[in-house]
Amino acid sequence: MPETKLLEEEIVKSSNLPHLLVRPGETLESASAKISGIVLTGKHPPFWWVSFGIGFILLMGFLYGTIILFMIGVGIWGINIPVAWGFAIVNFVWWIGIGHAGTFISAILLLLAQKWRNSINRLAEAMTLFAVACAGMFPLLHLGRPWTFFWILPYPNTMGLWPQFRSPLVWDVFAVCTYFTVSLIFWYTGLIPDLATMRDRARTRFAKIGFGILSLGWRGSAIHWKHYQTVYLILAGLSTPLVLSVHSVVSADFAVAVLPGWHTTIFPPFFVAGAIYSGFAMVLNIMIPLRYVYRLESLITERHLNCMANVMLVTGLMVGYGYVMETFTSWYSGDIFEQYMVINRSIGPYGWVYWFLILVNIVIPQLLWIRKIRTNPVSLFFVALSINVGMWLERFVIIIVSLHRDFLPSSWGIFAPTGWDWLILFGSIGLFCSLVFLFVRFLPMIPIFEVKEIIVERQEEAA
Amino acid sequence: MNAVNAENAVNAENADYAVTAESGGERSAPNAGHRTPKVITPFLWGSLEELANDPEFARWLEREFSDGASELNDPVARRKFLKLMGASLALMGVTGCRRPPQQKIVPYLDQPEFLVSGRPLFFATAMPFNGSATGLLVTSNEGRPTKVEGNSGHPLSLGATSVFEQASLLTLYDPDRSKTITHRGQIETWENLIAAWLTEQDQQLAQQGRTLRFVIDSMVSPTANWQIGELQKRYPAAKWYYWEPVSQDSVIESHQSLLGRRARPELQLSTADMIVAFDNDFLLDSPWRLAYTRAFVGRRNYQRTNFSNPNRLFVAEPTPTVTGSMADYRLPVAGALIGELVQLVAAKLGVSRTNVEIQDSEAAAWAEECANRLKASRGRSLITAGYRQPPAVHQWVHAINAWLGNVGKTVNYRAIYGPSFPPPLKGISELGQDLGSGQVDAVVILGGNPVFDAPADIELGKKLSRTRFTLHLSLFQDETSAVCQWHVPENHFLESWSDAVGSDGSTSIVQPLIAPLYSGYSRHQLLAVFQGQVSVQDYDLVREYWRSHAKWNDFEKQWRRALSDGVLPVNSADLIPVEGPAKIPESVSRINQPSQVIELSFHPDPAIWDGRFANNGWAQELPKPFTRVTWDNPALISPALAKELQIKSGDIVEIRTNSGKLEIPVWILPGQAKRTISLYLGGGRYRSGHLGNGVGFNVYPLRTAERPWLIPEVQVQKTHRFHQIVSTQFHHAMHEREPVQTRTYEEFVQQVVPPGQLTRKPEPDQTLYDFTKMLTAEHQWGMVINLNTCIGCNACILACQSENNIPVVGRDQVWHGRIMHWIRVDRYFEGEPDSPKLYHQPVPCMHCETAPCELVCPVEATNHSAEGLNQMIYNRCIGTRFCSNNCPYKVRRFNFLQFADTKTPSFQLGWNPEVTVRARGVMEKCSYCVQRIRTVQSDAEKANRKIQDGEIVPACAQVCPAEAITFGDIKDQGSLVTQLKASRLNYGLLAELNTRPRTTYLAKVAPEEKGKKVANQG
Repeated sequence: MPETKLLEEEIVKSSNLPHLLVRPGETLESASAKISGIVLTGKHPPFWWVSFGIGFILLMGFLYGTIILFMIGVGIWGINIPVAWGFAIVNFVWWIGIGHAGTFISAILLLLAQKWRNSINRLAEAMTLFAVACAGMFPLLHLGRPWTFFWILPYPNTMGLWPQFRSPLVWDVFAVCTYFTVSLIFWYTGLIPDLATMRDRARTRFAKIGFGILSLGWRGSAIHWKHYQTVYLILAGLSTPLVLSVHSVVSADFAVAVLPGWHTTIFPPFFVAGAIYSGFAMVLNIMIPLRYVYRLESLITERHLNCMANVMLVTGLMVGYGYVMETFTSWYSGDIFEQYMVINRSIGPYGWVYWFLILVNIVIPQLLWIRKIRTNPVSLFFVALSINVGMWLERFVIIIVSLHRDFLPSSWGIFAPTGWDWLILFGSIGLFCSLVFLFVRFLPMIPIFEVKEIIVERQEEAA
Repeated sequence: MNAVNAENAVNAENADYAVTAESGGERSAPNAGHRTPKVITPFLWGSLEELANDPEFARWLEREFSDGASELNDPVARRKFLKLMGASLALMGVTGCRRPPQQKIVPYLDQPEFLVSGRPLFFATAMPFNGSATGLLVTSNEGRPTKVEGNSGHPLSLGATSVFEQASLLTLYDPDRSKTITHRGQIETWENLIAAWLTEQDQQLAQQGRTLRFVIDSMVSPTANWQIGELQKRYPAAKWYYWEPVSQDSVIESHQSLLGRRARPELQLSTADMIVAFDNDFLLDSPWRLAYTRAFVGRRNYQRTNFSNPNRLFVAEPTPTVTGSMADYRLPVAGALIGELVQLVAAKLGVSRTNVEIQDSEAAAWAEECANRLKASRGRSLITAGYRQPPAVHQWVHAINAWLGNVGKTVNYRAIYGPSFPPPLKGISELGQDLGSGQVDAVVILGGNPVFDAPADIELGKKLSRTRFTLHLSLFQDETSAVCQWHVPENHFLESWSDAVGSDGSTSIVQPLIAPLYSGYSRHQLLAVFQGQVSVQDYDLVREYWRSHAKWNDFEKQWRRALSDGVLPVNSADLIPVEGPAKIPESVSRINQPSQVIELSFHPDPAIWDGRFANNGWAQELPKPFTRVTWDNPALISPALAKELQIKSGDIVEIRTNSGKLEIPVWILPGQAKRTISLYLGGGRYRSGHLGNGVGFNVYPLRTAERPWLIPEVQVQKTHRFHQIVSTQFHHAMHEREPVQTRTYEEFVQQVVPPGQLTRKPEPDQTLYDFTKMLTAEHQWGMVINLNTCIGCNACILACQSENNIPVVGRDQVWHGRIMHWIRVDRYFEGEPDSPKLYHQPVPCMHCETAPCELVCPVEATNHSAEGLNQMIYNRCIGTRFCSNNCPYKVRRFNFLQFADTKTPSFQLGWNPEVTVRARGVMEKCSYCVQRIRTVQSDAEKANRKIQDGEIVPACAQVCPAEAITFGDIKDQGSLVTQLKASRLNYGLLAELNTRPRTTYLAKVAPEEKGKKVANQG
């Protein structure tokens, strides 16, 4: 098979060309076949089964934890007075932060005409949806009486009661719901041309009908494409402010409060930067193994990795700036409560968490200044993992460490997570993984038509 | 008597619990959370069913469950069953599965007199406690006592109560109370008990009762004493003993030798300018505690600008006490050094010529200052020593008081009411000897728990179990009941008729509020049995006594009057006139060298006393003053000693005395005298009930009859084991935050506010939303807490718990930081760890005008009333807990689990019907007792009158013996609370956050600097 050999040779050669968005040798046909093949062949590597299996087991743990939680109450967690918010809110903020990368990649980078977004936006968007789904559950799970959650919604009721609109928790509901809805529509709209491709390539009746329904009658006519691009651009325009607003609103949950460590004006931009930071890290943590397992190196190239690493480096520095400014402002305020908060954060009972956070969230990511680290999938994977842990710890420090010692020394306390806290944290990761792997199994994880666009452009350039 | 149905209902419901006393002995895991049905193990049903075949048991059952008994019971059971459908509870062994109701619920046929449904009635009664009695006014809702308050007409209450009176209400409803007569652990009938006694009686009558002994835990009842007198005639050779572990042997003995009569000093604190207390916590563990507190703080009431002439208090004591916390000059000193210290003061005053050398320079400085101050206030000073001190110290104290001319002015001597039984420790030792030498065949123990709390060297338990006839009357199947052959359940004082004489001679009728919940008997009934009268009611006996002894013209009228007033117009304990100078006692020899050895002292527990409240959740969960430890009684050691032994709080040490050893965790307490260890009595009960078993450590084994209070020399050894002690406040210092603001006396006199505290006030209009616009109502409620008068006794916590149906959460949950108290008493230490200043600060909800909590609630479950109340709407709360996070005072409490025990039927009776019982998942907090505000408001509206100032009193303010809490309308310029808020001492806690708290504090006019300002102040 001379053709195959030629392709391999080219791949070997092209590994020295990390600036390419698609490696040489990928043709329109090969890209379609490769991406749709993952879904349509129905054969999956052991990696998929093992990963999905682990995710599913964790998901079952999550279900169990949730059932017990609903039956017995939030007292199964380690929360108390003064630390009335614990892992649930840490997880919420963490997940919602992770859920920022997808829309950022799809919408903002689209508007900025960054071509490198094309191979990765689908997976990132899917990940966003799943992360927001995980995040969205926690505010409900953490309620003392979760069955009354809908009282937060402004719905007409016999008592004429509305939510209390001054509460940031109400803003949260609007922000998160809007974000989820827009992200879902955006993601689905982007999927339609590929769903049609899948329909056309599908061999089983079930797949044909399924993809046929989902592709909404897409035939690829010029009119379709024209409408598609208009809608997609409008949605991108809609999503862009949301990327900034959601985490700003979430940060208001804290910034509105009087608590030292929460009551900070820097929070909205600081939270958004942190969100994109952890979002990109999560995209890399998912993408790097998938890229390896499904042999997608030619479509998700070193150039992609490099670009994402650059974004992480920039947002990471913003987060670092936030830490510095928080400390400075506390000192500069002359307020004993603020000053004590910083001292307690760094040398109090949770001081080790803070310093570990600085290590994994600020120090280790500085490795990204090195190009080799940015383009090496393995090293990048571990740096991204470190950032994900770091961003979780950051929320732990903001929420729990600020709460445990506030104004009156008499009411200071301590928080120790219980097994249920951990079960629900890892369970939510299980839910996330299960959804991601089901997505990989049933939908094309790379936008076929957008990759083809790049291939065509390149061919035209070559011509 | 509508209550009867309810009680019978409880009987039926609680039959499940009959004989649930645990097999004692080993320490079970002290997981004393709210009761789950788990504790009612199925074998009890089994044993009851077996017993049901027994004809005697059948008869017992028949009598127990009379017709109509289960009317109220059944709907409860049915609801409970539905609740228990929840799978989790079904796993735990459902007790609610009983037959559906067979009978109808019938309304009243005749309206009971005075009773208006939904409105409570109030009855005067009295609680006998620790050789005295406190007059009470008990709230009764539809025949159920729901709240205990002090009787303002009773001189030992003055309207206030302490934690013990408050806690007694929960004991009434304790489902673990003994419910049936038992003989060697088997259920028996009253008839068989009588039969057994008649056999014994024949033998005793034949020998005039020579081998018969009685032990009684209280001598305060005139009726009982009359019965005892009759019994003494019947059995002239029988011996009687009075047993109470917290006894005042040394006080009684010393004054007996001084005055020739059994007496104890009664202090006139209101006229004393200079008070010196030697190891005497007179504000907390004296029978006069409430009256003393009122009189003492009357001289500390720095609130009005014209207040002058505050008293001065010097305290020398081994462990911090609430009295010590009020001291201007507190000397932490070993108990054994007190004798020398008293003599040193006497020498410096010139009372005696013997020179006393004392090595401790701090103690010498204290004595010097003390003597100087005393000299300056002859006849207006007062010296007192506590019962831990030997008789010689009391004689010295008397000599100094006499020399200073205080006797008759600030110190009187009050005869001790009651028959002249030997002092408790002496008596119980004598009983032990008699039992040991086989001279005793029958012992009758009326109340008390001597097997657990008598000195260990007497070995009462072992000896009693060998005695032919033993009978124990008590509320619980306790340690003593387990040893005695016969156990008779006693009626709670709220269930039976009696009478009681207070330590000052004031006399009250003890009036029941409810028919006995279980088939108990009163001690009067039992004493009558011993007299040969088998079926006499306590009511008749008490009336008979007063009819025959009181010589009232119109008995019925006087009797009714006595019941409604709560105090009889008689005084049963006279003042003993003392004249002439006292003779100089012999010098107290030094017992040890306290600089080298470690001293051990025993103290009654500030919450569970001698252990009698061990099964009382309120008492166990009450954070003890200074340590804020709940559900435990660690050994208190000084920071210096901890450093020397290299131990930290929670480390278990082994304490060895000549008579035994004890392993107990320690708690490092600033202010503890350097080389001393203090132990609280009452922990480690093993047959107290489900809550109390295994909580804490039993320290009685170290107590001997010879050294009941102070053991001058003990060995302490580290064990390398650890016991988690649960405290509600971990941090000692104020961290520059000044939650407790202090002023010097000069600053107070000159009306100066220290500059640093002034600048912390925010600008008046710094707000985004002007909430104050909504404060439009006629009344604006506010509260002032006076830190000068608060002694830190904790009574407010329990009063609030009782009034507001606040659940007990148990040791584990307290450890998790989930205690539910709506008002807490913070404590702070300032200064050197070995001798710090001690501060208390009660913290209820501040009812901030711009409350941070309200802003963040997404569903408006917490909001502001037009009257300025920050209110919680439980039904609307979804449990986000954001309000608690945003509360700078952290006064909000969350039901993390289903804390309220809605399943135990007897507890249901005790709830305040005016206050919602909160379910899990909702936030709660202090409401300023809004139910009381509304009651007064509606009454005033109906009568078309204005609400008087002081008419609305929240539970915390009502219970406070120091009147430290004032509540009222801040819009009314004439109200006391408005006047107090106008004081320059008034400040808002964390007011710099612009919360505009409605609860404010009066800054503490600080104790004088040691030695410095005292001299200037004469």
